Amino acid sequence: MLFTSIEFIAFLALVFLLYYVLPKKCQWPLLLIFSYAFYWIADPRYIIFILVTTVSAYLITLKLAAINTASSEYISAHKELAKEEKKAYKAAMKAKKWRWLLLCLFINIGILAVTKYTNFVIGNINSFLDGESKIKAVDMIIPMGISFYTFQTVGYVIDVYRGKQEVQRNPFKLALFVSFFPQLVQGPISRYGEMSKTLFSEHRFSGKVFSFGMMRILWGYFKKVVIADRLITAVTVLVGDTKLYTGSYVFVAMLFYAFELYCDFTGGIDITIGIGEAMGIRLPENFNLPYFSKNIKEYWNRWHITMGTWFTDYIFYPISVCGPMLKISKWSRKHLGEFIGKRVPVYLSSFAVWFTTGIWHGAAWNFIVWGLMNFVVIMISQELEPLYARFHEKFKVRGRVPYEVFQVIRTVLLMSAIRMFDCYRNVPLTFKMVGTMFTEFNPQIIFDGSLLKLGLGAADYIVLAAGFIIVLGVSLVKLKLVSVREALYERPAILYFGAMALLLVATLLFGAYGVGYDSSQFIYNQF
Amino acid sequence: MEEIIEILQDLHPDVDFETCDTLIDDKIIDSFDIVTIISEINENFDVVIPAEEIIPENFNSAKALSELVKRLSDE
Repeated sequence: MLFTSIEFIAFLALVFLLYYVLPKKCQWPLLLIFSYAFYWIADPRYIIFILVTTVSAYLITLKLAAINTASSEYISAHKELAKEEKKAYKAAMKAKKWRWLLLCLFINIGILAVTKYTNFVIGNINSFLDGESKIKAVDMIIPMGISFYTFQTVGYVIDVYRGKQEVQRNPFKLALFVSFFPQLVQGPISRYGEMSKTLFSEHRFSGKVFSFGMMRILWGYFKKVVIADRLITAVTVLVGDTKLYTGSYVFVAMLFYAFELYCDFTGGIDITIGIGEAMGIRLPENFNLPYFSKNIKEYWNRWHITMGTWFTDYIFYPISVCGPMLKISKWSRKHLGEFIGKRVPVYLSSFAVWFTTGIWHGAAWNFIVWGLMNFVVIMISQELEPLYARFHEKFKVRGRVPYEVFQVIRTVLLMSAIRMFDCYRNVPLTFKMVGTMFTEFNPQIIFDGSLLKLGLGAADYIVLAAGFIIVLGVSLVKLKLVSVREALYERPAILYFGAMALLLVATLLFGAYGVGYDSSQFIYNQF
Repeated sequence: MEEIIEILQDLHPDVDFETCDTLIDDKIIDSFDIVTIISEINENFDVVIPAEEIIPENFNSAKALSELVKRLSDE
């Protein structure tokens, strides 16, 4: 059931209605029922996977919490213990917890790895085998949103393991945290500590809260159906014929895909967060105007924020500070010098994070190379930082608007170019196609009507241009730290509801529906 | 505390670490800095800062960081 389908709109209307009509104590159980219904409708077999994740996380976190409690009780009851004895006891308890955590990771990351990566591994093995000895690909079910709910659940288990999170003893509440339907499609990846503050509490209907949620949902639909679903037509044509569409066409495809992906992903997240908001449930923000970033590192702090912070907290830091890494760091300082030794943990952990980020996005080499390209660019800019600082100092450009605009454009272009791996889905081909931007000179295609042959007519370009101006305008207002909805709400009601009605009408009128409309899936759903 | 400030100043010479107590909140130090700091502390104090201690409260100021190091070495 796509977010953009009539079925989903009806489903959502029913959820909202029952959520506020039924007694408040029924609110979170109702969401659990509807979340499982949402999953059931997608494919009944998916239920088994999400249940295994939920049950394993539930039982293991109970065990971890029991060990946490027992060990702090033991320490406070045995104050006479010497420092060394205390240390040994704590280490033994930690080792015990670690075994339970490993079991949880084995089950959950195991399911994720087997369902998503079996055929990728088979494909790679097959590239070394002859015709007859090739292994057949497996017909594998990939449960919807498995990467998102697995990461979210594993994050909760690790927090309990670390003693940072109280355990949830109600299995149904945990089940809702794992399966909350709006975020099953494409995240955001919530943290239990934050999400539980509003997910299980009782919410009274508030006109302002509900309409704010609806406004955000509409904004999401506008970006998805009017802009992203329109642009996808041209992008598909442009990347579909790699002989014809070279040079400036690749540049156009790059910009179109950058805008399409932005509207698709942020639109989907707006719908998700808006659904939560309409019911008084706060979900984490996933974007902070990423296309206004001045460098790639900043970009990754503002794009898909919940994934970035998840990787930092649960992969980057643990790898950077683990015993073997500290030993490697010490060894490198001794044998390779301070300069290299200092950098070893950062480089190795970042490599692990970007490799994982790449493969998380898809079981294919193009995604891995995409992840590693990000790693290379971030590391180069990290090393060049002193040089940049000298340049900024010498030419007094820091804080100057034209220079900041240049930095923003540079980052957008660089990110968009790296993302072409996602479009062409073939590493050598991507390098070749991006290379044609510099070897083939055909900028006339932008003005001579060639762009009208990509499945989009003049009217579509007018809608896209208007959409771009609206998205840019809203972003500029947000850049000034102003909530557009708050600003509208403080003005006469006609303006507030007028804006909402306009969004609705624009989405209905200018959505890229066409004959036999079947809106495309959200890009991030496949991850 | 002085040694901690030296480690921090090596990374950001322009910051006044004696007074600043919003190193994380104001994004003065980032995740790369944190990893470098942890590896330096391990090198100089022989203290291992585990991942669960990497929280803003422990890294927001040189004082908080030196208290963390003291607590971990006492444990």
